[in-house]
Amino acid sequence: MDISYSAVMSRKKDILRNATGIDYEKFEISPIAFDYEGLINSCQYSLEDAQRVLEETGVGKTPLVELKNITELVRSISPPGKGGRIFVKDEAANPSGSFKDRRAALSVYHGKKLGYKGVVTASSGNYGAAVASQAAKRGLKTIILQEVYDSRKVGQPEILEKTRACEAYGAEVWQLTVGPELFYIMLRVLEETEFFSASLYIPTSIMGIETLGYELAQQTFQREGRFPDMVAVTHAGGGNVTGTARGLKKAGSHDTVVVGVSVDLRGLHMASDVDFNRKSFTTGHTGFGIPFLTRPDRTDVPRNCARGLRYLDRYVLISQGEVFYTTELLAKLEGMERGPAGNTSLAGAIPIAREMDRDEILVVQETEHTAAGKLPSSQLTFARENGIEVRRGNPEENVPGKAIVIPEEADQMRVEDFDIRKIRLSYIENAIKIAKGYVPTSEDNLFLAEDSKSSLDFVREALESLKTNVTETT
Amino acid sequence: MADAKRDDLVQIHKIILEPDQRPDNLPACTKSVPYECWIKGFLVDENANIGDEVTIQTFIGREISGILYQVNPVYDHNFGEPQKELLSIGNEVRNN
Repeated sequence: MDISYSAVMSRKKDILRNATGIDYEKFEISPIAFDYEGLINSCQYSLEDAQRVLEETGVGKTPLVELKNITELVRSISPPGKGGRIFVKDEAANPSGSFKDRRAALSVYHGKKLGYKGVVTASSGNYGAAVASQAAKRGLKTIILQEVYDSRKVGQPEILEKTRACEAYGAEVWQLTVGPELFYIMLRVLEETEFFSASLYIPTSIMGIETLGYELAQQTFQREGRFPDMVAVTHAGGGNVTGTARGLKKAGSHDTVVVGVSVDLRGLHMASDVDFNRKSFTTGHTGFGIPFLTRPDRTDVPRNCARGLRYLDRYVLISQGEVFYTTELLAKLEGMERGPAGNTSLAGAIPIAREMDRDEILVVQETEHTAAGKLPSSQLTFARENGIEVRRGNPEENVPGKAIVIPEEADQMRVEDFDIRKIRLSYIENAIKIAKGYVPTSEDNLFLAEDSKSSLDFVREALESLKTNVTETT
Repeated sequence: MADAKRDDLVQIHKIILEPDQRPDNLPACTKSVPYECWIKGFLVDENANIGDEVTIQTFIGREISGILYQVNPVYDHNFGEPQKELLSIGNEVRNN
């Protein structure tokens, strides 16, 4: 078999169909639209099924903890009557230490049910360890493909820890250098092993996270007699936002505002060997967050079930220094030492809670475990070694890849609201570009409106302005 | 004496794509270097030295060949150095 780059990439469709058990073409409607709900529901699990599967391997039912001392701190820097109550869903309590166990649990179960002998996934983060952990419990073999090193063979401590964790669960780990060829290697390994692709973007991965949104809505309701006013979700590939928002709706929590929070790493190129180690966060940042909103299907499966733009009400950015500061607050004020990246949404929640009324409830929907490598001290040591300046100051002075500025006081923390309208426009523009000359029908317009959480009018206007732009440039 | 013998835990190195085999749409700094990989497993060969072409059996029992890179590879990431920028935060906010 020809395993050259171009030969393997040309077999992509067949390899993925065999490795996911999903015939994606069945759900295609046009070069733009596809049957999203049909695809998600094709694996035929109900929310109750997902809950039962998760329970079998000890995943989920994590505590909802009120962060009273952080709320107190927020109130001390808020106008009178302001300072919403902050709760956190302690997802670090899952078997491998993050909410990713929910995604892995249902996918690994599904892969086993379909008769696969092993699972493969590409992840440098918590998801790889979650898959390895779940596969260990279900008796399947695991191969994890990780982007770990730059060309000097220097790797982020956070990723090196994940290599260790995956190997501790018995996985075969491929530690790769920087490059989008990760997808090529994944296809090669899937073809060679005939294992299941436990992609982050398949239906079971999203349905697993629905249990998180559902649980937090129920727990809030049971304790407080009402649903959360707002839920803050760390946003990267879109699965966390999608699954959580869908779970909230299934619990009946229809009016809850879903806010996505990403660490601002704008300007650093995702495929750059040089930029790779200038990032002090390996996930939860804009390098994934923005492209996955504007072009969700550019991923390791033909159609992505993680579609953050369908569900986001608001999207905000926070700096690296503010997340490290928040990680200290959580340890020192609440007695919860948790991994920094998992505190991205909590960092965003602090300035947002200042805008909320005191009786309003903001739920931060995750924490992650901590370990050697996954700590502010190891990540900042690494940042300094790679020429990044670390200092106290106004977080507005943070420069991705150059300076990490840790706030001097909590009231210096701010979120930057990303104009979601611009993201919607860019999403529509990309959808038209990908469709290469195809003229959208009214059904396509409806799909675009749903997929970008906008309206038919918004889509029509966007398409009109695109036409004008095309005429102007040709 | 050889660096490694059969069943030792070792790490192999593989070049997956040479620069000219990598896609053209990469940033120049990425395109100019090879796409590489390291994998751990147990040595299948009787004896081998660093730099030899060897076969390993991975943790899931698959056999993979590559260049012997390291014997008994160590996890050397750690908790990092104390960061003075973080050490005082707790008392600052507690005394608020």
